[in-house]
Amino acid sequence: MLLRDPVHLVSPRAVPYWTVRALPLWIIVLAAELLWLSSPRDHFFVRVVVPALTVVLAAAHLIVMPRWRFRVHRWEVTSTAVYTQSGWLRQERRIAPLSRVQTVDTERGPLEQLFMLANVTVTTASAAGPLRIHGLDSATAEALVAELTEVTSHSQGDAT
Amino acid sequence: MLLVHPVRELGQAIPALVGVVLAGRAMGDAQTWWLGPAGVGVVVAVSVLRWMTTRYRITPEQVQLRTGLVRRKTIATPADRVRSVDVTASALHRVLGLAKVEIGTGGHHRGRGLELDSLTQAQAAALRAELLHRDMAACQDTTRASLRAEPSAVAVPGDHDSELENDTGLDQETELARMDRRWVRFAPFTMSGVLGAAAILGIGSRLVNQSGVTAGDVGPIRGGLDYVERNPIWLDVLQGLAALVVFVTVLSIGGYALSYWGFRLTRHSRGSLHITRGLLTTRDVSIEERRLRGIELAEPLLLRAAHAARLSAVTTGLKSRSGADGGSSMLLPPAPRSVARQVAAAILRDPAPVEVALTAHGPAARRRRFTRALLAASVLIIAAGVAVWRGAAPWLVWAALVSVPAAVMLAEDRYRSLGHAIAGSFLVTRAGSLYRRRDVLQCEAIIGWNVRQTFFQRRAGLARLTATTAAGRQRYAVRDVPLVLALPLAHRAVPGLLDDFLTPAPGTPDLDPAGQPHPHLPLR
Repeated sequence: MLLRDPVHLVSPRAVPYWTVRALPLWIIVLAAELLWLSSPRDHFFVRVVVPALTVVLAAAHLIVMPRWRFRVHRWEVTSTAVYTQSGWLRQERRIAPLSRVQTVDTERGPLEQLFMLANVTVTTASAAGPLRIHGLDSATAEALVAELTEVTSHSQGDAT
Repeated sequence: MLLVHPVRELGQAIPALVGVVLAGRAMGDAQTWWLGPAGVGVVVAVSVLRWMTTRYRITPEQVQLRTGLVRRKTIATPADRVRSVDVTASALHRVLGLAKVEIGTGGHHRGRGLELDSLTQAQAAALRAELLHRDMAACQDTTRASLRAEPSAVAVPGDHDSELENDTGLDQETELARMDRRWVRFAPFTMSGVLGAAAILGIGSRLVNQSGVTAGDVGPIRGGLDYVERNPIWLDVLQGLAALVVFVTVLSIGGYALSYWGFRLTRHSRGSLHITRGLLTTRDVSIEERRLRGIELAEPLLLRAAHAARLSAVTTGLKSRSGADGGSSMLLPPAPRSVARQVAAAILRDPAPVEVALTAHGPAARRRRFTRALLAASVLIIAAGVAVWRGAAPWLVWAALVSVPAAVMLAEDRYRSLGHAIAGSFLVTRAGSLYRRRDVLQCEAIIGWNVRQTFFQRRAGLARLTATTAAGRQRYAVRDVPLVLALPLAHRAVPGLLDDFLTPAPGTPDLDPAGQPHPHLPLR
């Protein structure tokens, strides 16, 4: 018995979106290193090799992570349940029944709007159970939210 | 009522008042002596205002609480959302014959939620009975009405008798557990004594510092320090440790008595559990049994050595395990393990989840536990080695080497604690060594599943299967379970949820574990 992957992928624009989202952290780290380690007394090793290593690591992360994420992030909605898969190094799959869904939230910050994407969060009565779909195309997200709110308005009870 | 608020607010404001008085004295002006009494007057006035502007109302549909003068706040809760009622009475409350009622609903509150302070004790008891038992009463009314409506062959006097029987039969309380004085022997094995001692020592040393008195000048302390200096250091350390142990033990026994004095756990036939306990501050927690979704049987390491355990309820609407004394969801204080299991079986109305043998998680999980423990130990050894190389004392390396057998024992124990099972209508999972906990959760209360795999777990075929629920800790995990065991477990616990997403493993026939052919369900 295996748990198969969900059917739908997220939008391909999510790859540059994730890259741009991870970039500021590396810039901060690099800037901190250059400022902190740039006094002339330090070894050549510390002054040059460490920032170079950081650049290599950053490049590896920014190239590998978004593409790996794109292959892992998937979502699916059937007539009874919502099923999402997310992560890259650490992967998580979440399943919740539609009858227990409480709210469906869409989040579009400035970065998401730049890439015309949206992040959808489906919450249940459990604080541990929100299902997140990151990097959905805006139109798909709107359709999904409309469909989910339509279906969940018919069910009663919230399992508390 | 009018007395409780000002006294309590004064108590809370004492640090600020002390600060005001000290500031006045530091300024050195004789004209600022009135700052202290003025501060007290302000606090009293504010609390009287708060009492005057707090109102509450209970209707058949809602419970409403309105507070505040400058910033008005109204909290309203539908009456059928009430899941638990917690009645607390501190010493001051009891002297005045009052109590405080906290109403728990199924949601997650930011802030205090519904708290009705300083009702009379009779009002509090009546309120609790009404809030908790209204649903049962409504059900009985409808059934009685339908019975009366049916043409019945039973004679009229017989009908009256059965109605009377119903009324008295429904108000029964059966006692499930009661405090046994001998349980106090478990008090030193809890952390409450250590925390209390640390708090006292911390506050005491700060007070001594700030009051400007050097401890060495005081007579008895000078004598004590002389005594300590005369003896060899190992004797001092031993005596110090013994004194600390005695201090911690006394504190913990005192704390145990204060928290759990007069403990009683009863079941009311109208469908609620009542827990009463406390010496100075009495607490009376009522949990609607329909909302009780399971139990947690916890064995912290020290209590496990003493063959004792703690029992908590998994229920919606109560803050789980808040507070060192176990909080509102505590069902049993630290008590012998056999008693805890027996009470758990009585509460669940089924001994199976407590007694069932758990399925082990296999050699991959054991390897993972050992790897992590030995990795931590090797990090310690390397750190000690580097420190010694840089010039620290050589015994650090021996101390670090001791951590290896300790890590091995810890890993083996952690592996043996892992297990899961489905017993009756409950999901049972157990994990942990330093804090071993057996969680029993009703399968009906499971909302959804999270299956998490780290990079190394994927290589080993393991996963962490988490059942999400609205009760208790919100998530109950089966850790490091092989994926081939996790999926059938999830499928059995909540049939129908995973059906659309499961496929047979390649190479096996298309069957589910019960042996029935699995129909292909249409996918959207």
